[in-house]
Amino acid sequence: MKETPLSACERDFILKAIEEKKRLDGRQTYDYRKIKISFGTDYGCCFVDLGQTRVMAQVSCELVAPKESRPNEGIMFFNIELSPLASPAFEQGRQSELSVKLNRQLERCLRNSKCIDTESLCVVSGEKVWQIRVDVHMLNNDGNLMDASSIAAIAALCHFRRPDVAVQGEEVTVYSPEERDPIPLSIYHMPISVSFSFFQQGTYLLVDPCEREERVMDGLLMIAMNKHREICSIQSSGGIMLLKEQVMRCSKIASVKVSEITELISKALMNDKTARKAGGRCGFAESMPQERITALKVDETPVETADVTEKASGIIKEAEAPPPTAPSPVVPVPGVGQVGLGLQNTWGVEEEEELEEFSSGDDVEEVTKMEEDERKNTKDDVVEILDSEEEEVVILHPEKPQKAENVKSSFHQKGAPSSKKKTKQKP
Amino acid sequence: MAGLELLSDQGYRLDGRKATELRKVQARMGVFAQADGSAYLEQGNTKALAVVYGPHEIRGARSRALHDRAIINCQYSMATFSTAERKRRPHGDRKSTEMSLHLKQTFEAAVLTQLYPRSQIDIYVKILQSDGGNYSVCVNAATLAVIDAGIPMRDYVCACTVGFVDETSLADLCYAEESGGVSSLALALLPRGGQIALVQMDARLHQDHLDTLIEAAMTACKGVSKVLDQVVRQHLQEGSTLRE
Repeated sequence: MKETPLSACERDFILKAIEEKKRLDGRQTYDYRKIKISFGTDYGCCFVDLGQTRVMAQVSCELVAPKESRPNEGIMFFNIELSPLASPAFEQGRQSELSVKLNRQLERCLRNSKCIDTESLCVVSGEKVWQIRVDVHMLNNDGNLMDASSIAAIAALCHFRRPDVAVQGEEVTVYSPEERDPIPLSIYHMPISVSFSFFQQGTYLLVDPCEREERVMDGLLMIAMNKHREICSIQSSGGIMLLKEQVMRCSKIASVKVSEITELISKALMNDKTARKAGGRCGFAESMPQERITALKVDETPVETADVTEKASGIIKEAEAPPPTAPSPVVPVPGVGQVGLGLQNTWGVEEEEELEEFSSGDDVEEVTKMEEDERKNTKDDVVEILDSEEEEVVILHPEKPQKAENVKSSFHQKGAPSSKKKTKQKP
Repeated sequence: MAGLELLSDQGYRLDGRKATELRKVQARMGVFAQADGSAYLEQGNTKALAVVYGPHEIRGARSRALHDRAIINCQYSMATFSTAERKRRPHGDRKSTEMSLHLKQTFEAAVLTQLYPRSQIDIYVKILQSDGGNYSVCVNAATLAVIDAGIPMRDYVCACTVGFVDETSLADLCYAEESGGVSSLALALLPRGGQIALVQMDARLHQDHLDTLIEAAMTACKGVSKVLDQVVRQHLQEGSTLRE
C-alpha cells in the first residue's frame, strides 16, 4: 500500500518547530525516547520498545559446514524482516530499498566489527561449525528502526545460550538443554547504533527521529559505537552534504548516548537473570503491563487564570453582536402558544384601538393580542427594557382607528407586525 | 593477517607505496559512442567502466517522477571475472543494491537535478577488475562519465578509501589491505567546498583517530580531483584540436 503523503502544512509545521528547537513530543534535540528492553521465555528472544517503535529479535543456532575460506570460524547470519505488521507502507515479500539498507547496516555494524568470537563457534575445524542466525522483526514503525534493531540484536545475542558440545576424537556429541546447561556466546563488545537526522541542508540536527521527523528530514547519519569509544561503523544516507565538524560532533554525542544505552542493556540482562534464578515468571507476557483500571485519577491540569477577566472582557468588546434570535415562546392567550413573529391573527377576535408603545422583546407578540380587556393590560404586559438601544417598536392591531400616533405605523404594512432589530433579549 | 606486514618499518606498504601515496590513475572519457556519456577509469589494478544516459523521460513507473527535480537511477555491477575467483553475481544482490543506493545518494547531492524536472538520469557502473576501493573507483569513473554527458554538477565528486594501521592513515587501499582487517573509511567529497557527500566506515576505530582519518581521506580526495581535472581538460583539448 502506498504511504499517505505528508501534507505541506504538516511538513512546514514540523520544520518550523525544529527551527525553534522544539520537537513534536517535547524532547530536547539530543534526547532519546524511552527505551524498554524485555526478554522472552526462550533464551535469545528480545523485545525492544523505543518510544512507540517496537522490534523483536530472535537468535537461533545450527550446526553447518563452514565457509571454505574460513574453515575454523563460525558463521553469523543477520536478517531484518519488514512486514506490513509494522507499517502499511511496507510490502510483504518485496525487498524494498529500506529493507536492503537496514540489513546491510546491521550486518556491517555487528559482523564487520567482530563483536562475537567466531572462532569459539568452531566444533570440528573444516567440517562443523555453529551458524548463529539473528532474525529481527519490526512490530511497529514509529521512526528510527535502525537503532531499535541494533539494540534488540545485541541484547538478544547477549541473552542467547547455545547447546553444549563435546568432541571425543571423531565423535561429536551435542547435549540438549536438559542434559547440560547451555552456554552463552562470547561477546567482545556491544556495538550500538545512534541515528542523527539532518534538516534544512544540514543546519539542524536531531537525535532519534520519530516517524514524522523521518519523513521530513533531508538525510541521516548512523554511527555505531561501543562503550569503549570505538567506532564500529559510520554510514551517511540521503542526499545531504556534511562537513567534517558535523561528523566529529555527532561522534561525540554518540559516545555519550551509547554508554547510557549499554548501561540499560546490562541492567535488563541482569534483571532477567535474577528473575530466572529466583524461579519467577519471566517472558514477554509478563513484561506487558496489565492495563486494568484500578483507580481513576485525573491529574489536575494547571490553567493560567491570571488575566482571564481582562482577556474575556476584551474578547466580548471586540466580538460582533450575536444575531437576533427568535424569542422564546409566549402564551398570548391561554391555550395559544406563540413562537417568534407570526402573521396577523385572523381568528376575527375584536380588536381594540391600537396603542403605540415603546417596548421590546416579546411585545411584538403582544401585537396580535386581540382581547379587548387586554388592551389596557398590554401596557402592563409590555415590558420595557429601559436600557434598550433599539428603535421604537410599534404594536399594530388589525383594526386601526386613526390616530395621530399612527402616522408612524402607517409606514408599516397593515396588520403585519413590524420586526425590529433587537440587540438584547428580554432577560 | 599473519605474515603480511601492511606497513613496514621504513614506511613502505605491500605494493611499495608510501602511506599517503595514491595508486596510478589512468582514465579515458567518451569510450562509447552511443551513450550520452561514458568513461573508463583505472586506479592501480581496479578497473571500472561508467556509462550515463540522460537526462531523458522517465521510463517505467511515471509515479516516480518528481515535479521539480530529475531522479537519478544508478546500477552497480561486478563482472564475473573481476575477482580472483570467478563468481556469478545475480543482479538483485544485496551488496550491489546497497552500492547502487550509495552511488545514487552521492550523485543526488552533486548533480544539479533542479534543472531537469520530471526527467531521469541513468548511471551504470561496472567493475571489470576488483583490487580494492571498489566504491571510490566507481564514483570517480561516474563523475567523468557525467561530465562527458554534459550534465551540470556542483563540483567534481572524488572518492577515496583510506585505512588506519599502526597509528598511520593509508590512502587508497588495495584488496590485500582491505581484507587484512584494517578499519577502512570510504569518503566521497566535493573538493572545493570540502563537503562530504557520503561517508562510510567499517571495522573498529577508536574515536580519537577519527579526525586524522577523515583528514587523510579529504587530502587523498583532493589529490584525486586534481587528476580528474587534468583528464577532463586533456580530453577537451584533444576534442577541440581534432575538430580544427
